[in-house]
Amino acid sequence: MSERRSGILFSSPWLVGLLVLTAGPVLASLYYSFTDFNVFESPEWVGLGNYAKLLGDDRFMTALWNTVYLTVFGVPLMLAFALLVALALNFPVRGQPLYRAIVYLPAIVPIVTATYLWRWMLNAQYGYLNQLLDLLHLPQPNWLDDPLWTKPAVLLVGFWGIGSTAVIYLAALKQVPQQLYEAAAVDGANARKRFWHVTWPAITPVTLFQLIMGIITSLQIFTQPYLLAQQRLNPAAGGPGDSLLTYTMYLYQNAFSFLKMGYASAMAWVLFAVILALTAIVLKTSKRWVHYGLD
Amino acid sequence: MASTSRRYLGKRAGYHAILVLIAVGFLFPFAIMLFTAFKDPQDIFQSPQLLPRTWTVDNFGEAVRSMPYLRYVGNTLVLVVLNMLGTLLSCPLVAYALAKLRWRGRDGVFLSVLATMMLPPQITFIPLYLLWNEVGAVGTFLPLVIPQFLGTGFYIFLLRQFFAGIPDSLREAARIDGASELRIYLQIMLPLAKPALATVAVFQFVATWTDFLLPLIYLNDDSKYTLSIGLYSFFGEHGVQWGPLMAACVFFTAPAVIVFMIMQRYFVRGIAITGMK
Repeated sequence: MSERRSGILFSSPWLVGLLVLTAGPVLASLYYSFTDFNVFESPEWVGLGNYAKLLGDDRFMTALWNTVYLTVFGVPLMLAFALLVALALNFPVRGQPLYRAIVYLPAIVPIVTATYLWRWMLNAQYGYLNQLLDLLHLPQPNWLDDPLWTKPAVLLVGFWGIGSTAVIYLAALKQVPQQLYEAAAVDGANARKRFWHVTWPAITPVTLFQLIMGIITSLQIFTQPYLLAQQRLNPAAGGPGDSLLTYTMYLYQNAFSFLKMGYASAMAWVLFAVILALTAIVLKTSKRWVHYGLD
Repeated sequence: MASTSRRYLGKRAGYHAILVLIAVGFLFPFAIMLFTAFKDPQDIFQSPQLLPRTWTVDNFGEAVRSMPYLRYVGNTLVLVVLNMLGTLLSCPLVAYALAKLRWRGRDGVFLSVLATMMLPPQITFIPLYLLWNEVGAVGTFLPLVIPQFLGTGFYIFLLRQFFAGIPDSLREAARIDGASELRIYLQIMLPLAKPALATVAVFQFVATWTDFLLPLIYLNDDSKYTLSIGLYSFFGEHGVQWGPLMAACVFFTAPAVIVFMIMQRYFVRGIAITGMK
């Protein structure tokens, strides 16, 4: 058989999947987003009606705000935290692999387990976190019942799972050319100067990549807030005052609880547009702070 | 001389102190999970204490009894095995065709692999659900399994990068010997790709073992539940049974941790590849 036919044959699983599981559904989703569709009756064309309705939907605005909150505070803080941890993991000491494994470990814990575990630790009465805060004479927020504190609770779960981000940063730190540090030391640069003039410029490309991936992941966040807000017999729960209702949670509620498939599809396309726009903006600003080809 | 070495020792002690602090912070939640799992029900809701007053394994028994634990484990395992099989059959095959074979349309297909990685899954989620509903597969494992047999963009990309690093001379030598493309793939390329395949396999294992959203949407019958969905049965009308829940969480977490410890270097390699691109 010729190389050409082998190529197509070997790729055929992907081609079938591309057609049936991606291309077809993408077109269908676009079409549904212009219709009123409740599964039982055939879709009814409403033009831009769904998109217009989003603007007047209070729960949509709440979900959008909650998601923006988690992204704007969560992503930069998590990157900074992961970088600090990676800097420590890069200390020239014995036992590096063990520390690295410990930091990465929470990232492979089933997300359901991780979130239920934090739900227990954040329990206002019996939870360990508030006991710890009590010992330190700090205020003990009612994490999961006070709308002000539910989103920081989501971020805490995320902070525990920064292992893979830290490992990626660690790999980048190991690639910073050693002679740059030596040169800086000869010039009498202290640790802080060495970080800002040698380390940081060298890891800005990785930071850009992580920032974009972080934004995309965060805008789609579902499982942690869903499980923190989860209530028996109420699949449309959104936490106290809907403070845990994220964009994707509301999207799935519309689709699978309220059977508004057209409306939910419109939400998916708006999300895609927001992701593309934010990625474009970050890439555009990156020319000012990302340094390539230092080595 | 003495003062420099003392300063060096002091610095090293400082390094270790910081690292131990970090390690304790990351391990603390694990400790809570374990200690709660071994606590008496009364003990759990009493005055703050880290360690159990009396150690008990009752919670583990309760965890296994109060939900169809073995069935959930079985369901999860079936999905893990099928998904790993699907991924290992489809992804390297496609990746190899994209990396090593020359055929018209190859670049376009590779572009489609990259494009699907950028596409938010929410876009296709609803039509896919309706599609599976149409063919009567909602409530079965099919919607969770079939897609893996057709390849996942991320894994194909990862494997393609690996195959691209294998020198062409190997392939040409085998061709001159008259080996077919399929034989070259199966007997030369796949064995060479073992480390990359291991990376993809462990990623798929963890992804399926811990998956929540797909089982939540597609498995609407108790007999088909996976562990991630089943754990919710500990949230009762009169509060949460934290002891048994944490015991079940220990059961659920342990396999992932064990696989991670055995396969650690494949994880780390895979993560480094994802991050450096």
